[in-house]
Amino acid sequence: MQRRAFLLAATAATAGPLLASRTASAQAAQITGAGATFPRPVYERWGQAAREPLGIQLNYQSIGSGGGINQITNRTVDFGASDAPLSTDQLRQANLLQFPTVMGSVVPIVNLPGVQDNQLRLTPEVLVDLYLGRITRWNDPKLAELNRDVRLPNLPVAPVYRADASGTTFVFTTYLSRVSDAWKSGPGAATSVQWPSGQGARGNEGVSNTVRNTPGTIGYTENAYATVNRLVTTQLRNKSGNFIKPEMPAFLAAANTADWNTPNFAADLVDLNGADVWPIVSPTFILLPTNPAADKVDASRNTMRFFDWAFKNGDDAARRLEYIPLPDQVADAVRTTWRDVKAPGGQQIWSA
Amino acid sequence: MQQAISSPLPVTGSPGRRSGGALADRVFESLCRGAGLFVLLLLGAIIVTLFVGGLPAFREFGAGFLWSTAWNPVEGREDYGALVPVLGTVVSSVLAILFAVPVAFGIAFFLTELAPEWLRQPIATAIELLAAIPSIIYGMWGLFVLVPFVQQYIQLTIGDALGAIPLVGFLFESRSFAGTSLFTAGLVLAIMILPFIAATMRDVFMQVPPVYKESAYALGATRWEVVRGVVIPYTRISVVGGVMLGLGRALGETMAVTFVIGNANRLPQSLFDPSTTIASIVAMEFPESLMGSLKQSSLLALGFLLFVISFIVLAASRYLLRPRLKT
Repeated sequence: MQRRAFLLAATAATAGPLLASRTASAQAAQITGAGATFPRPVYERWGQAAREPLGIQLNYQSIGSGGGINQITNRTVDFGASDAPLSTDQLRQANLLQFPTVMGSVVPIVNLPGVQDNQLRLTPEVLVDLYLGRITRWNDPKLAELNRDVRLPNLPVAPVYRADASGTTFVFTTYLSRVSDAWKSGPGAATSVQWPSGQGARGNEGVSNTVRNTPGTIGYTENAYATVNRLVTTQLRNKSGNFIKPEMPAFLAAANTADWNTPNFAADLVDLNGADVWPIVSPTFILLPTNPAADKVDASRNTMRFFDWAFKNGDDAARRLEYIPLPDQVADAVRTTWRDVKAPGGQQIWSA
Repeated sequence: MQQAISSPLPVTGSPGRRSGGALADRVFESLCRGAGLFVLLLLGAIIVTLFVGGLPAFREFGAGFLWSTAWNPVEGREDYGALVPVLGTVVSSVLAILFAVPVAFGIAFFLTELAPEWLRQPIATAIELLAAIPSIIYGMWGLFVLVPFVQQYIQLTIGDALGAIPLVGFLFESRSFAGTSLFTAGLVLAIMILPFIAATMRDVFMQVPPVYKESAYALGATRWEVVRGVVIPYTRISVVGGVMLGLGRALGETMAVTFVIGNANRLPQSLFDPSTTIASIVAMEFPESLMGSLKQSSLLALGFLLFVISFIVLAASRYLLRPRLKT
């Protein structure tokens, strides 16, 4: 009998804290998202910062845009994330709403002995030729003509690309197809393409490591990686004919030049016209169901509250991670579209 | 069997115990049978899933899927073929076998014939520890250590020395200088499968009845003659089985290979060209493939092909290993 009483006491003692923590975590409502790897650092930073003021716990799984689209179509997560915008048809079929969160830029990186950061000048044509395998030596006359003040080594050109299908590759190949018909009709633009030359490495870190270790390589990564790892980036000539260094003012110029009045915010920031515009910039998107099930209404509202908070308070965090925050008027337009999200009863979930 | 055990029970045990025991026996038996059948069911389900998933690709491209070198995921002109990954898988695994078997033979020979008694156990343990290293570690080590080494010392040396050989010289030419290649992948795989092959060889070498070897020694044979004339003929089939076991493992290796093979969906012309393998391309492309898309279907079809190849290799190894290990 004594033993039973002791057991009861022990159970109560262990269950007490458990129950207490259950209620504590129930106050922090959880929202779950899955998709693009590219914005993962900024979503995580926002998630940490928003937990206290909003009481929302973000669980973001960076499984790739394709996986994110699959999961939100099956409604196994509260929101999906994709680097490439979905078409209006795709969105309507899956009853999804699409909005951008931040922008990122892709930069070429090189490993050439004796060449400093942002010293090498590239034109779109030369970049395409390097990746098509048409320019095979770094002292090629086409490159030498652009870089009279740089001593280019006589090294074979080794292009490096992302081996895993990725949004970064999608943005980079979109740019290459935009500036070259040969690329457009050849490899084309997609999350992974059939590269005519060079070798693949896994992830941004794989590409940056390969480029760092191998003289004569050229690669492409998100700007955040190039900055954090102090990789040697290059200048690139934009559509207006100016050589631009990959730096924040040039990215912001692209964000402000872009036309955001496209359907579903599928703004095109690749190869824009503008004196100071960096030509390879792209937004990343969130996919939100317009018809959340009854038990998902809270999660849907919390997702919108989370991104509302991020648009208001998250710009600095994004900029510190080398992302480009969304212009304020775009964020306002996004909030307007949230009114289309309806609960099963037909009432709006987002009222602000 | 069961009847024989449970029939004496009524005489000795109490009736209550007996009926409970019989029921427990039956429950236990059906649980065990279920567990056994579950494995078969699981295997069948995996094959069926892969095949059904890959069916749209097989239907779209027909048998041409097997020898097409295309891998073009661009929307609107999607075209997929299995030749490059299948070739990369087979070539890198065969290279691994070529590198690993001589070394494994050396290890087994040393451990069973030459090594002093006190050294055998430490070396055998070290070999087994090699098998316990996770493949991602091999991948990172391969990328940071082996790739630069191959690039600087092996690739150019072999290319210069053997590139001029008529007819097969093109196999050793180097057009890609990054060091990630079929050759490097073969090298990393060789180190990974070495412990499996070496352990199997050592085990089967030790199974040779001492009386055979002692007879040969008595006739004045040297150690090498004993191994060549007695041990190898006696264990030949088991050795081949062990090699096949290693091959089966090399075929399915994903992470380590992905790091060092260069991931190029192009037909390699030389051993120093980057290529890709089935496991590696599936790991790289699957996360970005949309459900029900032709790409996902092609990846599942590749998975099915890998399953078939591995199944053939492993079935062959089982068949070859069976007669010796039973005795």
